[in-house]
Amino acid sequence: MSALVEINNLTVRFGGARTVHAVNGVSLSVEKGEVLALLGESGSGKSVTLKSILQLLPPRRTTIGGQIRFDGTDVLALKGRALSDFRGRDVSMIFQDPALALDPVYSVGAQIAETVMRHQGVPREVAMDRALEMLRKVRIPSPERRLKNYPHEMSGGMRQRAMIALALSCNPRLLLADEPTTALDATVQMQVLLLLRALQKEMGMSVIFVTHDIGVAVEIADRVAVMYAGTIVETGTIAEIMKNPRHPYTRGLLAANLHGAVKGTRLDAIPGAPPTLEQPPSACPFAPRCPQVRPACHAALPPVVQSGPGRRVACVLEAATA
Amino acid sequence: MTDATTEPVLRIAAQSQGYWAGVWRRVRRDPVTLVCGAILAALILAAIFAPWLGMADPYQGSMIRRLKPIGTAGHPFGTDELGRDMLARLIHGGRLTLFLGITPVVAAFAIGTTLGLIAGYVGGWVNTIIMRTVDVFFAFPSVLLAIAISGALGAGIVNSLVSLTIVFIPPITRVAESVTASVRKLDYVDAARASGAGDFTIVRVHVLGNVMGPIFVYATSLTSVCMIIAAGLSFLGLGVKPPEPEWGLMLNTLRTAIYVNPWVAALPGVMIFITSLCLNLMSDGLRSAMNVRQ
Amino acid sequence: MSANDLGLPDKGGPAQPLVIASDLTCHFPVRAGAFGPKKVVRAVDGVSFTIAKGETLGVVGESGCGKSTTARLMIGLIEATGGKIIYDGQELGADLSLRELRRGVQMVFQDSFASLNPRLTIEESIAFGPKVNGVDPAEARRIARDLLDRIGLDPARFAGRYPHELSGGQRQRVNIGRALAMRPRLVILDEAVSALDKSVEAQVLNLLADLRRDFDLTYMFISHDLNVVRYISDRLMVMYLGEVVEIGSAEALYERQAHPYTAALFSAMPSMDPDARTEVPPLAGDPPNPIDPPSGCRFHTRCPFAEEVCAARKPQVVTLGEGHQVACHMHDATSGHGKAAA
Repeated sequence: MSALVEINNLTVRFGGARTVHAVNGVSLSVEKGEVLALLGESGSGKSVTLKSILQLLPPRRTTIGGQIRFDGTDVLALKGRALSDFRGRDVSMIFQDPALALDPVYSVGAQIAETVMRHQGVPREVAMDRALEMLRKVRIPSPERRLKNYPHEMSGGMRQRAMIALALSCNPRLLLADEPTTALDATVQMQVLLLLRALQKEMGMSVIFVTHDIGVAVEIADRVAVMYAGTIVETGTIAEIMKNPRHPYTRGLLAANLHGAVKGTRLDAIPGAPPTLEQPPSACPFAPRCPQVRPACHAALPPVVQSGPGRRVACVLEAATA
Repeated sequence: MTDATTEPVLRIAAQSQGYWAGVWRRVRRDPVTLVCGAILAALILAAIFAPWLGMADPYQGSMIRRLKPIGTAGHPFGTDELGRDMLARLIHGGRLTLFLGITPVVAAFAIGTTLGLIAGYVGGWVNTIIMRTVDVFFAFPSVLLAIAISGALGAGIVNSLVSLTIVFIPPITRVAESVTASVRKLDYVDAARASGAGDFTIVRVHVLGNVMGPIFVYATSLTSVCMIIAAGLSFLGLGVKPPEPEWGLMLNTLRTAIYVNPWVAALPGVMIFITSLCLNLMSDGLRSAMNVRQ
Repeated sequence: MSANDLGLPDKGGPAQPLVIASDLTCHFPVRAGAFGPKKVVRAVDGVSFTIAKGETLGVVGESGCGKSTTARLMIGLIEATGGKIIYDGQELGADLSLRELRRGVQMVFQDSFASLNPRLTIEESIAFGPKVNGVDPAEARRIARDLLDRIGLDPARFAGRYPHELSGGQRQRVNIGRALAMRPRLVILDEAVSALDKSVEAQVLNLLADLRRDFDLTYMFISHDLNVVRYISDRLMVMYLGEVVEIGSAEALYERQAHPYTAALFSAMPSMDPDARTEVPPLAGDPPNPIDPPSGCRFHTRCPFAEEVCAARKPQVVTLGEGHQVACHMHDATSGHGKAAA
């Protein structure tokens, strides 16, 4: 196995009226054909990490450090033509709100065909055939008719499918998914998750899937990286994370999901709220909320303890038991 | 039950500031807005205190000192086509020009905001009547409308004020209506209704404070337009009459001197340009400073 | 007037349901374009339910099912086009004015930022309700400070703060406090914890449990998250396209879902077990538009068990067990549906 994406010590800082250290030393890798879930709450830096892979952050306000390699190429150094080739052909992205990805004034078919023509240099007819094939692939009923539809003529779930068709039309090797099912109704969310799972298997691409919902991660991911305050606190396979969570924050998140919580009992809530990140963390960022906090947690950044291939926990307690 | 108190407060400030204190804090960090505000303040103060600044008489002409260039001894900005001191006329001209630029907007702000609030908050057929009437005025370009009304009422300062006020009521009403309608939809207005508050109380406590800011900023940007139209009316002979100093009128009368002494002839235009630029930049700055979510 | 005059005294006694909604309807006329054909959105169409004193009724359903509209009807933010609301034995409009109803029923909205006036301090926001109901300002301030303490925000530090200076969880606490300032007996929570992060959501749920006990509250809890609804609700009401399809005790519904839509909703919950992922999508397609809803049983276009009778006739409400009702032809022996228990 070789890594398709390698992120090394990524830091992202936003300037402006208030400085925000959104990502603070994230390192992770994604293998070919693997689905990695970035799991975290709002402000954990999961979306920012994802967007920096495509250089989608506002360049004037953003300071990025570290390295992102995609199949050996230094992604953060890409510019101009090379960057636009990279976006959409090698890597594409789907969003929570399809309105961000679909242009309201063009029909869905025209948009997919346009992308195919730009990246593959094929004539319009071939591109339209490809668009039709993609709508079939994402299981949109009566695709011939839907090809000519505009985004507003489709229901929410259908638009999400159309966006997936657009994103996958050029056979990307990596798909970035930024909470694509969060705004959908429960029954539709499950349809889209199952579709993504099937398409991933069929097309063999790697996926980085950002979500705040552990349940969604369970349904889609091979591996999970749990993020907190711009750092990765724990990584492992989905089974490892679910059955043997090591980091106190991961445990707290699992408990807060309420799956199996008994009515009438008090919930084990994590007290407090995440830090505001005006300063980069100099100690364990979870220490102020942690039920098992030690003096060492406030003194320095926690050690990252590796207990197996791809199994890492950033916690003082883990170092003590290892 | 005090677990939420341990959460960090988002701002470090020990004691929370009021809304306007926050606005002022943000304006203070914005040099462009500060400089524009200072220039405008200087212009307004100079205009108000013009008679006491010890300058030459703006009405006193001299046949032998006509159209002196900028930098002439005794006349730092030169003289106009009748030999009057340009500096004195420009400063005195600010009185009428700024008065004509600001007064109609203030009047239109009061009337337009009231109409817009009613239309936006009540909705329904009240909204239809007010907004469709406003739309009729939008059919005419504002300059044309001002000229038509001024022409019908006759030349004069009061009539210019009336016509300019009428011109600016529709755009302010429209902005007020759309801002009010969007605030009206917010949950806190619903929550206030659900606590049994009457419409008047809701408008006073929950709507007014949140719509005034954007309308005020928009009105500020209209002041420059108003000044230019007022100058235009004077230029056409519909507003201020000679020999009163007023920038638009001065631009008109100096028009003939453009080949003899173009720099002097351009000075009233430069004043109009600087003032309206400062007004626009300042209203942009205020707009971002008043954004609470920052 | 003092704080003791807020709220409404109990009239009907413990056996009287706090709220009886009977055959509530709410239709909005809409036009497609200025001259388009007039259509009707059947946002709520013949909804009936009761909420007993002290219980929590959970309401679930997908977008367009009418759960938020029902909430707004209950507090008079929208006017019903038909049906009755009976609060503690008094009918709204006949025995009870809207103003009086609102002293008994309050609501917390989903968007914690939009539901607070950005120009008021949180103390002013909480004190607003009592003040407009005639409580003198000093007393209203005292109520607000007392409530701030009860919702876990130290009044000395927080009273003078503005909404944008608080986190989402803190703002939602303030919204709960604002609702409680009116001394209501029923609090409608419309997706009140849905926008919060999971770890903060648990804190707020604990707070809601404390407040329910301390203030003797009744909740109507609207949510799309079945895990949360299960944790907090005594009874559960499932809505689809403006109608109630199933209602029953939360435990009974988790054990056995009588309506195929309820079953689909439950099977759409992520499995939480990586070795037993969901394999089959629970339903095909999106929920239809509540403009021109399907004929007969509104669910028949997506129902895996639909037969001719489902498109032809509206199902009867059938009582299955104690308080467990379902509107489905499969449970009505007289319907003629192939799977109907004869």
